[in-house]
Amino acid sequence: MEHGSFTDNSAATFSLTDEDHTIANAVRFTLNQDPRVTFCGYSIPHPSEAQVNIRVQTTGDPAREVLKDACQNLMLMYRHVRCTFDKAVEHFKASNAVKALKIDSQDSSGDDSEESE
Amino acid sequence: MAEGAGEEKKKFSIWDLPDVPVGQLPPHLELQRSRVSCNKDAPIHTESIQYSGAYASMGIDNSSRLDRFSNNFRVEVVRLNEDDMEFDMIGIDAAIANSFRRILIAELPTMAIEKVLIANNTSIIQDEVLAHRLGLVPIRVDPRLFDYLSENDQPNEKNTVVFKLHVQCKRGSPRITVKSDALKWLPNGSELVKETRNATSDSSSKPETYTYFGCSQETIPEFVKNPIIPKYPDIIIAKLGPGQEIELEAHAVKGIGKTHAKWSPVATAWYRMLPEVVLLEDIEDDLAEELKSKCPVNVFDIEDLGKGRRRATVARPRACTLCRECIRGDDWEKRVALRRVKDHFIFTIESTGALPPEVLFTEAVKILEDKCERVISELS
Repeated sequence: MEHGSFTDNSAATFSLTDEDHTIANAVRFTLNQDPRVTFCGYSIPHPSEAQVNIRVQTTGDPAREVLKDACQNLMLMYRHVRCTFDKAVEHFKASNAVKALKIDSQDSSGDDSEESE
Repeated sequence: MAEGAGEEKKKFSIWDLPDVPVGQLPPHLELQRSRVSCNKDAPIHTESIQYSGAYASMGIDNSSRLDRFSNNFRVEVVRLNEDDMEFDMIGIDAAIANSFRRILIAELPTMAIEKVLIANNTSIIQDEVLAHRLGLVPIRVDPRLFDYLSENDQPNEKNTVVFKLHVQCKRGSPRITVKSDALKWLPNGSELVKETRNATSDSSSKPETYTYFGCSQETIPEFVKNPIIPKYPDIIIAKLGPGQEIELEAHAVKGIGKTHAKWSPVATAWYRMLPEVVLLEDIEDDLAEELKSKCPVNVFDIEDLGKGRRRATVARPRACTLCRECIRGDDWEKRVALRRVKDHFIFTIESTGALPPEVLFTEAVKILEDKCERVISELS
């Protein structure tokens, strides 16, 4: 839900339902990084209701587009985090398997099935 | 900066200043931007400077574009067990790190016992207390294989897991403790028969129970060799004296931590910023010994410089718990600086056992991506 002026669409307040600080703070962070934004912030009108108001004021671009871009950026950031994390976990598991293999091979013959990771 | 120019005339010539590299902030501003200084009374510079035009007057672009983020972002796993993990995330902001933590605690689904149908309870544990305790028992099952059960749905094999608990303490035998391994999985659904008012219902058909399982859950490939059991078999549920009996059926459904904490998949998940301990001046001999003995987690070490002189070094800054013992007392604040790196987070995730911790984190990020998509689709 967007509340703003019909004539000037560079400043608007977006009201999201069923959201809380989790997504609002992250969106506010990415909005701030955008050089087109002059002002952005979020507020929660009442803690018992799951509603967030995000205020965006830009240097002329429509606020809706800027918010959409910020959300896209956030989504790409999350995707990148997920990929990097998965790679790091695989790398850790592989290096641990190699270490376990080295310790094992000192005692008995190495177990080849672990190496297949 | 007028005051800077005035100082320069008094103290030194402008040509003595070290070269500030173009495109970077001078060191004191860089410190303010990237480190939290933990002083004796309170930390300062705790807010992260997010605004893209913050350093515009110095000609520095503070906006973090996606490509710069992708290049600088790193994850390093320190410890990974079946139940907990510790890893470092370098290059993100506190807002993003907090969103991961909040989702891990409150919005990742799990299976937990919700409805308890009690046929017989003559123990001293009240019905509702027993049901509450059963709800908190973690169950070792992958919640991604199940759907949510809403009010209009009937409980079937796709959204419910049924357990049975039937324990009896015979007269004359000593007291027994009912532990969570007494919960038996019923893959064919509920066995308690519903009382139907309809006397003309045909007696040849199967009696109606409280769940409507189409097929046995044992036929689902994931459960063929892996029965669904509570994760820890030694959780005490109740204690029975002689002659007491508990007979009940427990239905577990999928839910999220926001509704009730029993559905939270993590024992807890937390993060802290990487501590940075810096010695502002050389600390030698007796002062060094004093510093080393002050720290309760042994952050400092003594190194020998030869000729009997010793110097203090920072050996394990990561272990620092920010107790501020090393800056207590006179003058110590001038010698030791405690800081935290604003974009380096040490995450710890302790899972209760339904899913391994690395899977939990991946699922949390997926949920966040879905939320963003929902916001985008609402906007368009």
